[in-house]
Amino acid sequence: MTIGHVLTLLLVVPAVGLIPLALFRGDARAAKQVAIVTTFVELLLSLVMLAQFKVGEADFQLVEQADWLPSLGIRYFVGVDGISVLLVPMTTLLTFLSVLYSSGGAIKDRVTAFMASFLILEIGMVGVFISLDLFLFYVMFELMLVPMYLIIGIWGGTRRIYSTLKFVIFTLAGSLVMLVGIVAIWLASGPEGSRTLSLPDLLAIRNRFSAEFQFWVFLAFGLAFAIKLPMFPFHTWLPDAHVEAPTAGSIILAGVLLKAGGYGFLRFALPLFPTGTQLWLPLIIVLSVIAILYGAAVSTVQKDLKKLVAYSSVAHMGFVTLGIFVLNAQGGVGAVLQMLNHAFVTGALFLFVGIQYERTHRRVIADLGGLANHWPLYTTFFGVFVLASLGLPGLSGFVGEFLVLLGTFQFGGVPLGGLFWGPLAAIGVILAAIYLLWMFSRVMYGPARDHYKVLPDLSPIEVACAVPLLVLTVLLGVFPQPAIAIIEPSLDRVLRLATDPTFLVALR
Amino acid sequence: MIESVASAQVVAGFIQLVWVIPGLPLAAFLINGLFGRRWLGHLTGWIATGAVGLSALLAIGVFVDVLRGVERSTVVLYRWIGVGEFKIDVAAFIDPLSSVMLLVVTVVGTLIFVFANGYMAHDQGFPRFFTWFSLFVFAMLILVMADNYLLMFVGWEGVGLCSYLLIGYWFQNTAPQKAANKAFWMNRIGDWGYTIGMITIFLVFGSLQFTEVFEKVGIATQANLTLICLALFVGATGKSAQLPLYSWLPDAMEGPTPVSALIHAATMVTAGVYLVARSTPLFVAAGPALQVVAVIGALTAIFAATIALVQFDIKRVMAYSTVSQLGYMFLALGVGAPVAAIFHLATHAFFKALLFLGSGSVIHATGNEQDMRKMGGLRRKMPVTYWTMLIAGGALAALPPLAGFWSKDEIVGAAFVSGQTVLWAVGIITAVLTAFYVTRAMWLTFHGEPRDHHLYDHAHESPTVMTLPLILLAVGSATLGILIGFPPDQGFIHSFLRPAVEVEGVEHTAEIGTILALAAVSVAAGLLGIAVGFLMYARHRPDPAAVTRAAGPLYTLLVNKYFVDELYDNRILGLGRAFFGVLWAFDVHVIDGIANGIGRLASIGGGGARRLQTGVVGNYALTVVVGLFVVLVAYGGYAAGIFKR
Repeated sequence: MTIGHVLTLLLVVPAVGLIPLALFRGDARAAKQVAIVTTFVELLLSLVMLAQFKVGEADFQLVEQADWLPSLGIRYFVGVDGISVLLVPMTTLLTFLSVLYSSGGAIKDRVTAFMASFLILEIGMVGVFISLDLFLFYVMFELMLVPMYLIIGIWGGTRRIYSTLKFVIFTLAGSLVMLVGIVAIWLASGPEGSRTLSLPDLLAIRNRFSAEFQFWVFLAFGLAFAIKLPMFPFHTWLPDAHVEAPTAGSIILAGVLLKAGGYGFLRFALPLFPTGTQLWLPLIIVLSVIAILYGAAVSTVQKDLKKLVAYSSVAHMGFVTLGIFVLNAQGGVGAVLQMLNHAFVTGALFLFVGIQYERTHRRVIADLGGLANHWPLYTTFFGVFVLASLGLPGLSGFVGEFLVLLGTFQFGGVPLGGLFWGPLAAIGVILAAIYLLWMFSRVMYGPARDHYKVLPDLSPIEVACAVPLLVLTVLLGVFPQPAIAIIEPSLDRVLRLATDPTFLVALR
Repeated sequence: MIESVASAQVVAGFIQLVWVIPGLPLAAFLINGLFGRRWLGHLTGWIATGAVGLSALLAIGVFVDVLRGVERSTVVLYRWIGVGEFKIDVAAFIDPLSSVMLLVVTVVGTLIFVFANGYMAHDQGFPRFFTWFSLFVFAMLILVMADNYLLMFVGWEGVGLCSYLLIGYWFQNTAPQKAANKAFWMNRIGDWGYTIGMITIFLVFGSLQFTEVFEKVGIATQANLTLICLALFVGATGKSAQLPLYSWLPDAMEGPTPVSALIHAATMVTAGVYLVARSTPLFVAAGPALQVVAVIGALTAIFAATIALVQFDIKRVMAYSTVSQLGYMFLALGVGAPVAAIFHLATHAFFKALLFLGSGSVIHATGNEQDMRKMGGLRRKMPVTYWTMLIAGGALAALPPLAGFWSKDEIVGAAFVSGQTVLWAVGIITAVLTAFYVTRAMWLTFHGEPRDHHLYDHAHESPTVMTLPLILLAVGSATLGILIGFPPDQGFIHSFLRPAVEVEGVEHTAEIGTILALAAVSVAAGLLGIAVGFLMYARHRPDPAAVTRAAGPLYTLLVNKYFVDELYDNRILGLGRAFFGVLWAFDVHVIDGIANGIGRLASIGGGGARRLQTGVVGNYALTVVVGLFVVLVAYGGYAAGIFKR
């Protein structure tokens, strides 16, 4: 099936879903149904988009463009390549599952507003991954912020206002610096009247950017992405935001929003600023390895389940930046796979922590225990996701992490060399086993407890949410090659752009 | 796709089906896992057993194919990972070495599965047990069949997972949980070494495929090879419970006894031996690494044997014995006798599995009693268990003509012939200790007067489903050595395995006179240990209690297992937790403190937050959008100003 303008449709569908939501304000059931149908149609549409994508080509596909602010050279310009084409269905799937799960009873107040927030959020998230114009990207990047601010601030836990403000201020601080960078690029892109912000045009003229310019603008972009990702030491908003966010918010935050950071590096920072990349790369690699070890170390001593998963995200995203900045195919492909893996697995972990919390109203690890006696189904699913998270071969976590390590060992462009940082980063894999299994045994194992007997195992809706994630986790672990075949050509092009300042791609 | 190197015109019939061998246990895992708890119940046991049994038949077929001259075949299933130059297939590599391993895993596995049907019959988690047990066999088969280091690593971690799950099988209790975590964590430390070794192999050779790497072994520098081999050996010490990563294995006895027999004696713990044997071309070229293997092996052998002397838990004795016997296998690898290592691996699989199952039979009969001090005289109640265990005990003590004699003698002899007389002496002393502790265990359990009459009165021989595997394993323990290992150094196993694992020019051959003299010393060592054990426990000359008092601090040291558990589980873990706690405090107070401090400076704090809490969604949205716009314009203008300059 071929659908024209599929990328634009992906932005339109959630917006269309907002109309019935506005019409049936106050009707919680209708709002749930509208949101489920809308996000499901969006999911199907994204799969059609994936089916239309030609595997093996490096360039942008399904491109659509139109003048937006012609006097400023700003265009509506969307397209996907091998790096982004998988992130879009990942986003639509997680959004659909979040909405589905929330409809099952997790959200009781202001359902219409909640669902509307999710649809707006979805526009922003999909938009971030398909925008090829820097201004459009910026708008989408900020569009993700508002609904997430509301989701945490309204439907969050007891300290939700503190957490959501912290989240917004951190992210906003980063993205505003990025805006400065975008303006700088716009000014540098040519004389008045011929300025542009479209990525292919900028790639063709990037040799005009001086080393000094690249140094500063890379910093401006990098700061935004580093905060979003988050990289050490900009990560402290993450545990607070996750702890207070409602389950669906945590899933999307960890599953999709963090990926915008990693994606931003690959899509804009590396190709546009090869010299800037070289200048900042040693610091980023060192910070990535610190994130892997530090995030894991701090995870081990967490008392709160959600904080543990949140800090583990810092460690796992450290593998993403590490893989991106070792600038080789294995590292880069590993980083993209790790993004997908982290979305499914950490999304699932937050889902399961949420399911558990909804029943027991406990999140402190020491207060829990023995759940495996009562919930065999829950235990199985949760166990598989824990194993995927600690990088067990055969599940999705292993492939990405291993490829990143393989890339790191080979990388010589950093002080002390890859043979120092690679084995160091690999220690993170030991630590992951420690904090995850220790958590699992304290929460799930132990004698049966009477007050848990009345609590039911997974409901059909919860199973329906978990199964797709489980299937993807297994598929990505056992058959990663189809995904690699999609990613690799585009990733190679990005690496060529990042490592060879004279390599110019004039697209259109 | 099959590539066979056939010396004769042989149709590799069963080798084409080699992927069915792990496929059957995988299918049993899926069926039992999906339908076991609700619908299948105790049927799961026979589904799993049937699957492993069929795998065993196919493995015999593959073995026969190899025997008939198909020296090496690769059966590719599909491309698993391919990024740039890094290409990994899911492919099976069948050669004499892997065909022997397939046989050991499936044949011993089938017998233990049959036994487990009886042993676990009254356990509530029966379907869960057989689900994980099937998964284990699948992972173990992947480990031994893999044609490259990465796929082997999948099996390697897979068996580690199953070991974790099955050690912690009785998850309601604290001890199994702790033992399971400890096992996984220590293995992960080893796996760190494996990972480093594996990636370095790829960097040096550009491949992870066994045949390709071994062909190119000449292009590597000595330093590279030493690094690779030592890193791989770190992995082997974790999986095969060698110094210093051995202490998880005795704790692993918290799992059900069939698990101890299959995973923690016969198969999984030998994976490290298999890894080093498989990598023989690398180790031989690496030189010093091989010496490290030999020394660690010998040290572990004697170290664990001394601890086994004073244990009272019957399974712990066997566990330390396993650590010790694995040490022998590494000693063999280290002195350049990989065939002897695999030979001992095979015989050990039979007699140690039998010793564990026999212990299980005793534990089953006495209502879950594992303390030998409460047993005694059980041979009258459990004749089959007694006689079969006696054969296995004799094999462990290396009495001729039982299986263990031939393989262990060959190891100790190889140490001597290769000129490592110190290691040879360690092997002989360990043989004395081994014979002593096995005699002690047999006597305390089966001989003398019953020390706990309640326990004795209720004891009974196990049902046929359990005794039959004991008998079959006893046949193996008695005859396997002479069947495949006679005459020494020239038996079937030697001619069969040599092309697969030995590298030209490292063989040490000895005069027949030397061989006989060495064998005589070995046998004498075994007899000495048995005699001392018999005198102490049957005749009380000297009385064990008196010896204990006389030994004083030495006994305290042994009974506390050299305080290694104390060091690992309390000191090191405690230090780690304290350090990580400090890091977290740093995160909260310093890093987040700075961030919040900046926030406070910007005076975006509590006041603003309170006003925001008006409860109207529109207001929130409006506030953010307006604020965003204002800051955006301000920044944009500011930035434009900078760059206009």
